[in-house]
Amino acid sequence: MRLTTATLALVAAVLAAPAVQAADYVIDTARAHASINFRIKHLGFSWLTGRFDKFNGTFTFDEAKPEASSVKVEIDPSSINTNHAERDNHLRGKDFLDTSAFPKASFESTSVKLDGDKAKITGNLTLHGVTKEVTIDATRIAGGPDPWGNHREGFTGTTNLRLKDFGINFDLGPASEVVELALEVEGVRQ
Amino acid sequence: MMIRDTSAGYGVPTRVLHWGMAVAILGMYVLGLWMVDLNYYSPYYQLAPDIHRSIGMVLLTLLLGRFLWRIVNDKPDDSELSTMERTAARVVHWGFYPLLLALMISGYLMSTADGRAIEVFDWFSVPAIIENKGMEKPAGAAHALLAHLTILLVIVHALAALKHQFYDRSGVLGRMWSGSSSNR
Ligand code: HEM
Ligand code: HEM
Repeated sequence: MRLTTATLALVAAVLAAPAVQAADYVIDTARAHASINFRIKHLGFSWLTGRFDKFNGTFTFDEAKPEASSVKVEIDPSSINTNHAERDNHLRGKDFLDTSAFPKASFESTSVKLDGDKAKITGNLTLHGVTKEVTIDATRIAGGPDPWGNHREGFTGTTNLRLKDFGINFDLGPASEVVELALEVEGVRQ
Repeated sequence: MMIRDTSAGYGVPTRVLHWGMAVAILGMYVLGLWMVDLNYYSPYYQLAPDIHRSIGMVLLTLLLGRFLWRIVNDKPDDSELSTMERTAARVVHWGFYPLLLALMISGYLMSTADGRAIEVFDWFSVPAIIENKGMEKPAGAAHALLAHLTILLVIVHALAALKHQFYDRSGVLGRMWSGSSSNR
């Protein structure tokens, strides 16, 4: 509901503004052309991968003025999925995300710096009730009309999080203190 | 040797199942609470849940068998109880069956939500019936809650048994322990 209101407000702002304006995009979670993936070393032997199945978000993007872009994402941390039910319950619990105490995670950008088709997206990530600044290394993959009459923009990005920085102190071993995030984002222009 | 339960007391199968399962269920509660607090490098980190699930599946089978045995047998005479006591005893005794069933099923649903089977002591495996990723979350919450409720009911039940044994001197423990009550 809050997001709908936010989207409406953004749309209204765009309509009221001069013709050349950053367009608003809704991240295509409805048809799952976006994903929040992570991986972390298992005891130093291999990479364990997982993702958050439920999230939604919007971004603004204007090819002519890319620095004015912004992105906002809300994540349901209890939708964590590492393809193992018991482990996912453990990750939801107090040792890790404590999702009953912190039912929401989010990212909101504060600045976007562009260098060719590479971007550095800096913003505030809230996870496990802790808000910290992180920088995402992003790449614009492509943008343009889709076959069904919409305009799409697609990006890919990565960032690393130190679990301790977000107050997650369960000891998984020295090789497993950092989790790598891989973000795949496709937005549909509204 | 008394096999069937009669109005005079409980037979051997009921007695063995009662005390065997009582020890196992109390043990499972302690094991459950202990194992979820193990650190990642504990040698029991994988072993303890494996044993917990295995014993759980065995207990589920025993519970079903015990229920069938219960309904085809007479219940020992409880005429020494007041109407209220009798009702309370029946509610508690019959309450154990659905409560334990729900406890064990919630454990099963939590462990099999991702479609994995439950390996019982490298002996046989119980396949997932319903694969429904995400179900592990409510099932896990229910499991913890039902475990606490079960223990609460056990405490009420044991206190009542001890009260009748030592305060009312009804020999109720003997009826479940040696098959006949001492003062009849
Ligand atoms: C997990 C623990 C326990 C469970 C699930 C349990 C369950 C039951 C049930 C269902 C009955 C009715 C007979 C039947 O259907 O088999 C029963 C009877 C009885 N239980 Fe337990 N019990 C537990 C622990 C205890 C303990 C700790 C005591 C003693 C302090 C105890 C003493 C008795 C006695 C004396 C009877 C016989 C009552 C009568 O004569 O009708 N039980 N129990
Ligand atoms: C007499 C039966 C059982 C008792 C008394 C029991 C008790 C418990 C308790 C007290 C916990 C800890 C709950 C917590 O603090 O989160 C637990 C956890 C667990 N139980 Fe059981 N349980 C029983 C049967 C089962 C069965 C049949 C299964 C599955 C086949 C099972 C699977 C699990 C699992 C996977 C956990 C770990 C949950 C987690 O990682 O948070 N249990 N159990």
